[in-house]
Amino acid sequence: MALNPESRFTFSPLHRLQWEEAQQKYVILYPEGLVELNVPAAEILKLCDGTRNLETIVEELEQKFETSGIRDDVAGLLESALENGWIRALP
Amino acid sequence: MLRDSWNRPWKMVGSEHYPSGNPRWLLAELTYACPLQCPYCSNPIDYAKHSDELSTEDWRRVFSEAREMGAVQLGFSGGEPLVRKDLAALVRHARKLGYYTNLITSGYGLNEARILELKDAGLDHIQISIQAPEKTLNNYIAGTDSFEHKKEVAHWVKKHGYPMVLCVVIHRRNIHLMRDILEMAVELEADYLELANTQYYGWAHLNRDQLLPTRAQFEEAEAIANEYKEKLKGRMKIYYVVPDYYENRPKACMNGWGTTFLTIAPDGLALPCHEARMLPGLDCPNVRDMSVRDIWLNSEAFNRFRGYGWMKEPCRSCPEKAKDYGGCRCQAYLLTGDMNATDPVCSLAPDRQTVQDAIGNAASASAEVKPLVFRNSRNSKALSG
Repeated sequence: MALNPESRFTFSPLHRLQWEEAQQKYVILYPEGLVELNVPAAEILKLCDGTRNLETIVEELEQKFETSGIRDDVAGLLESALENGWIRALP
Repeated sequence: MLRDSWNRPWKMVGSEHYPSGNPRWLLAELTYACPLQCPYCSNPIDYAKHSDELSTEDWRRVFSEAREMGAVQLGFSGGEPLVRKDLAALVRHARKLGYYTNLITSGYGLNEARILELKDAGLDHIQISIQAPEKTLNNYIAGTDSFEHKKEVAHWVKKHGYPMVLCVVIHRRNIHLMRDILEMAVELEADYLELANTQYYGWAHLNRDQLLPTRAQFEEAEAIANEYKEKLKGRMKIYYVVPDYYENRPKACMNGWGTTFLTIAPDGLALPCHEARMLPGLDCPNVRDMSVRDIWLNSEAFNRFRGYGWMKEPCRSCPEKAKDYGGCRCQAYLLTGDMNATDPVCSLAPDRQTVQDAIGNAASASAEVKPLVFRNSRNSKALSG
């Protein structure tokens, strides 16, 4: 699935992204299920608030973590998040 | 209603170490009262004897204590949880603590006002059980005239923005309708469909001869479910709970005893799985007497089958013990009379023949004419003396 560079991403209303104190990690919650997230995945998904597209998410994370060349990783995570229904693409 | 989905998503990666951790999944069986009479109910057969329900305050405390330990999924179940008048108050408390709140219901008695009340309280998801994709059979299995109402409830659930999970328990009386079940789920726009092959505990065990389908029926139904899984990708998630009598290896029951799941029965009994009340001498603790932390960490019942030390052969030296933990203790007890035995579902189990016998009995002509025993208080009292 190729990402549309114009698409902005928003978190699915049928899922919940939440910090779990006991586990010291972010999790995605949905009916009777739970996915534990690693730090990069959580950072990317937290930015899926309906205002950002792939480019702006990459830029923000590259600034925040003083790094570069993460575009492919971010795109890969967004693609699998879309496939799993955790996020939606706004046209 | 009752569904079994414990083998699902958060499977942990297998290793030789027995997984240790705090409860993640809290199943709150608020009451054994239920307007339905499903003959495969997973409640204990003697449920009518355990009528001393926890108070609202007890439940609040249990939710808080389990949440502190890291429990994050909370299922409101029963019986029929809608029977409890304090349901919305309990949901509100749970949601405030940060739980993901699941209402596991027959839908019977749910109206739009109550759905709004629960939404306002912060309920995250409603799972509705439907017994069959057509009225006569649904109402017969449920023992209650409920089909049209359930479909109406499904529409309200969607209308008010809940993820909608439809649960259909599969057995010999409805397995031939697999295609219709899937079409019904499509029509009702379910986000998730749980096709739960009956697990033979409680009332289902009592009615096993009349409920257990043949292998050919299973295979046909599974093929249809897989076809729809593919077809509905991205639209509807289909969970297919496997019928373990036709497997060669047992399920990793409860993801391992005392690793993930905590069930609290209506009378406050704390159980490592919702069937464990039946195990003789297990002596499960009660939340009226002990804190959740103490129960989880220190009670004998929760430590009984942790690790591998309790196992007999062939489990003890089996390389797969870290994958399936020897299977289900309740199934071992029901089929062999010994809760320490290898789950007879395993092809290596010395008692595998008990599963073959069950399959044979269910296929015999006499099973066809045996009446179903419905789950209600009269039958519960009669059967438990």
